[in-house]
Order: sequence, then structure tokens, then C-alpha cells
Amino acid sequence: MSDDLSKPFTKSSMSEEEIMKINKERKIQVTSFAFMIFLTILAFIAVATETIEVGFAIPFILLLAVVQFFLQMYYFMHLKDKDHGWPNAFIISGVVLSTPALIALILLLGVTKY
Amino acid sequence: MAGSVDLSKGLPSHPEKSTLEGKNKFLGFWIFLGGETIMFATFFGTFLGLREGTAGGPSAEELFSMPLVFIMTMLLLTSSLTSVLAMFSMKKNNFKNMLVLMIVTVLLGLGFLGFEIYEFVEYVHHGLGYTTSAFASSFYTLVGLHGAHVLFGLCWITTLIIRYSRSGITLTNAPKFYVASLYWHFIDVVWVFIFTVVYLMGIGGA
Repeated sequence: MSDDLSKPFTKSSMSEEEIMKINKERKIQVTSFAFMIFLTILAFIAVATETIEVGFAIPFILLLAVVQFFLQMYYFMHLKDKDHGWPNAFIISGVVLSTPALIALILLLGVTKY
Repeated sequence: MAGSVDLSKGLPSHPEKSTLEGKNKFLGFWIFLGGETIMFATFFGTFLGLREGTAGGPSAEELFSMPLVFIMTMLLLTSSLTSVLAMFSMKKNNFKNMLVLMIVTVLLGLGFLGFEIYEFVEYVHHGLGYTTSAFASSFYTLVGLHGAHVLFGLCWITTLIIRYSRSGITLTNAPKFYVASLYWHFIDVVWVFIFTVVYLMGIGGA
């Protein structure tokens, strides 16, 4: 059956309905990209302008980064789609395990003073 | 063996997951990405712990320039979009379109890498060697690790483009392109945190 696997196709098997669905999804992806660009610019502006306090700007840009993380993961990497149960499980465990590692490193290295 | 997927009607709507091999690649790659998350978290933690230890050398505030980081961010974000669009072309069996979008992705990635090399050379000229301070080592290691990922991704996608430049979309190469595009998105996700935590927080003086 290996012939089947390395043979190109002359057409797509997608029905009109499926094509419409995929085009709609494509539109959503482009919109989320525009939104990500907007968030990025917002983050740069928050730091660039002197009028915004550092105490506010830093938590704010961190929040923007988290929003972008979800947009990338769930839209661009399709984590929101069905049949993505295990990928979700892997990434969530990755994030859950990362959190204590991150906090421990920041606190411990801060205490030892390099 | 194509399994239960009917190939007589044309390319299946999810070519990357219509073979067992494709499904396994997809699953295995997500395990890898989960592991990568933790690896990058440890490097981020190290950087955050050490970033104030400049040992008399240049500090983040003195070195980083906002326009450069902004251009790099835009390049990588856009390349993420082109690889997303390439996957839509793949699903629609539009091979030429996919190839062009993948080539654009590689070019944008190359641009990013060029700026990063320029940036590092510039910093070395300003007296920030790898062993100058704890800040320097942790900065170069974290950002350099990301740069190495970009380089690897570029080599990977270029190899795929050359290897399959004439073959059309098949059930063998669809999962390969799909997984490569997932990797490319992941690189972009990591960069989002680098530009926020390393650059903007460095410039902002937090």
C-alpha cells in the first residue's frame, strides 16, 4: 500500500460545506493574527511611554503575553479543535510542571545571590 | 496502509491524521512540545533569577533597543501566520500555494535569525561577553537557545521543501509539514514570552 501513501491527489475530497467551514476558520485565524499584532503593539507602547507606571505596565504586558499564548495554542495550533484531548493534556501538564520550576528558580537564585 | 480513509474521492480533509503514522507523529510531537515547555521554563527561571547580576557589565536597560525587538517580533509573528495559512492550503490540496507560503515562512525566519545574530554581535561590541556577568550568560543562553530552535526549524522546513518540491501533497508528507508548522508556532509562542520577559521588562526597568 506504500504506493497510495506517496501518491499525490488530483483533487480534494472536501465537500462544499467543508470548504466553507475551512474558509471561515481561515478568516478567524487571520482575525486572531491581527489581534495578536494589536496586543504586541499595545505591549510595546505600554513600556515605551513614560506616562504609564512601571508597577502597572509589567503585570499588564505579562497578561498580554498570556493572552497571546492562548491565542497561539488554541487557534494557530488548533488546540481548541476536537480530537485534541491528549495534546491539551500534554501542554497543560507542561505548564503545570513549569510553574513550580519557574518559581523555585527565581526564588532560590535570588537568595543565593549569584 | 491507509486504514479506513476513503482515498477514491481525493485528498482527505485531514491529510495529516488520516494514516496511523500521521496520528502517531501528531501525538508524539505534542509530547515533545510539552517537554519543551518545561525546558524553556527552567531557562526563563534561571534568567529571571540572575538578571540583576550584571557584575559591573552593561545592563539590560543600557543595551536593548526597542525598534530592533519590535521588528524581530513582527517578523516571527508574520511567519507564524504564513505557516498557518500553508496548512489551510495543504488541507485544500493546493500544493503550490502551500509551498510558496512555506518558503515565505522560511524567509521571514531567516530575517529574524539575521537580526538576532546582528544583535548579539552588537552586544559583544558593547562589552557584554558570554562570561561578563550572570545576566550575560543567562541572557545569551535563553535567547540563544531560542535562536538555535529557529535555526533548526529553518533547516527542517527547508529540507522538507526541497525533498518534496515535486511530489504534491501525499499522505506521507502531509503529517511532516503539519508537525513542522506546529514546531514553528511553538517557537513563536516562546518568543512572545522572551520579548515580554527579557526585553520589555528589561527596558521597562522592572
